[in-house]
Amino acid sequence: MGVIQFQNVGKIFGSRDSGFVALKDIDLEIRDKEFVAIVGPSGCGKTTCLRMVAGFENATDGVVSVDGTPIKRPGPDRAVVFQQFALFPWKTVYDNIDLGLRNLNVSGSERANRIEAILNLMNLTQYAKHFPHQLSGGMQQRVAIARAYVLDPDVLLMDEPFGALDAQTRVVMQEELVRLARKNPRTVLFITHAVEEAVYLADRVAIMTRAPGRIKEVLDVASIRNAEDWDSHEKIEDVMDLESFVHLRTHIWRSLREEKAAQHA
Amino acid sequence: MNRQISFTQSILLGFLGLACFLGFWQGMAMSGLVSDIFLPSPVEVYERFMALLDRRFAGATLPGHLAASFQRFAYGFLLAAAIGIPLGLLMGWYQLLDEIVSPLFDALRFVAPIAWVPFAALWFGTGIGGPIMIIFAGAFPPCVINAYRGAKFVDPRLIEAANMLGTPSRRVIMEVLLPSSVPSIISGLRVSAGLGWQSLVGAELIVASAGVGYMMVQGQANIQTHTVMAGMVAIGLVGLALDSALRGLERYIQKRRGLDH
Repeated sequence: MGVIQFQNVGKIFGSRDSGFVALKDIDLEIRDKEFVAIVGPSGCGKTTCLRMVAGFENATDGVVSVDGTPIKRPGPDRAVVFQQFALFPWKTVYDNIDLGLRNLNVSGSERANRIEAILNLMNLTQYAKHFPHQLSGGMQQRVAIARAYVLDPDVLLMDEPFGALDAQTRVVMQEELVRLARKNPRTVLFITHAVEEAVYLADRVAIMTRAPGRIKEVLDVASIRNAEDWDSHEKIEDVMDLESFVHLRTHIWRSLREEKAAQHA
Repeated sequence: MNRQISFTQSILLGFLGLACFLGFWQGMAMSGLVSDIFLPSPVEVYERFMALLDRRFAGATLPGHLAASFQRFAYGFLLAAAIGIPLGLLMGWYQLLDEIVSPLFDALRFVAPIAWVPFAALWFGTGIGGPIMIIFAGAFPPCVINAYRGAKFVDPRLIEAANMLGTPSRRVIMEVLLPSSVPSIISGLRVSAGLGWQSLVGAELIVASAGVGYMMVQGQANIQTHTVMAGMVAIGLVGLALDSALRGLERYIQKRRGLDH
């Protein structure tokens, strides 16, 4: 299981009366095995939402819970993929992926099998003995995704995972993530400011307002994806050409632009 | 003046400085302004140095004295590293320990290594414990401070990554904090080796058997200025060798990490 719930969640950085109100009245439920993307203007608190599910931050108001249990601290049931990869530079690709399994006290032979399988799935087998700095950004992020996936987490938290990659690599990684998510569905919370990425990847897209961040609108992408049969197109650019895709994307763009305008007013 | 100075130029300039210094010294010695009992010429010091390499003075040859000194140094230095590095890392990780230890540590840090001499003499007499204690007093603070800094400045994202992977504290310290602090620890060891080696002569004032410091004190007693100065040269050369060895280690580790790209 992996149901994420935000109930009336607020977050204030600093003191309650003079601090910065980052989030206010966030209500959102992410169902088991659902892929939800949060988009919003920068500084709207979308990353804070993810960090609260990860257990890196506590909610000031309300409750963030997974499967009904309020979150207290980070843990391997909620694996995180960071924008800057956060791989351990002194560990090889293999050892980076191994650490989480060792923490779970998985037996040696099972660890070897699971790592081999994930390396294979992510096309990383030949890089097992490499150190992170010997790999390109895209490769490093593959390792970070492998490190998260190998734990078989209920929930996968991705914080602008492709934000630091160049445009071409980004597209490849997006296609790969879709492939991975189909084969191995997980509850995913995906933070991004790239609208197309959100529409292409997510079952639902939540749009946030500028600070204090609130959920403005939640769009159901999955029903349109299924109705228009997006998955029959293999390449991302073919999907992005579809009228239904363009329509959704434009809708979100408008919504975000209103936020931008409100900010400057 | 932002002109780049090439490696060869920098070596040549270094030699130029050394040559000027030796020239001035030789000039002073030859001018007769200072009696050569108190200021032997560089040539005399060099000859004395070479002679001491295989002639015994104060019970041993210069390499013999150096070996005795180096052994004491190694004990004190390794002890400082073995206690200081873990202490610094733990202080960087556990704030409670930091609060408890820091005030005491900061106060003790101002007691210069040489100021430990009387205390060490009371405790250990002329045994090997005294010099080790004094070298330790010089070498310990940089070990603690740099390990502490390393632990404090670890990339917080790596700690978050370790936490979300469910890593227990002990393993975070050994597999994240320690390796992340290695560059800082190595530069701490460089400073620490320097201070430890500098504290040596102070330490050896209270040893009555062997060591470069002992040799120099004996040279002083016999009014052999060239012996005293040969000892100083030996201390300088060994210090230089020690520092470049640790500098090499520092570079090697940076290279392995890919930090210099």
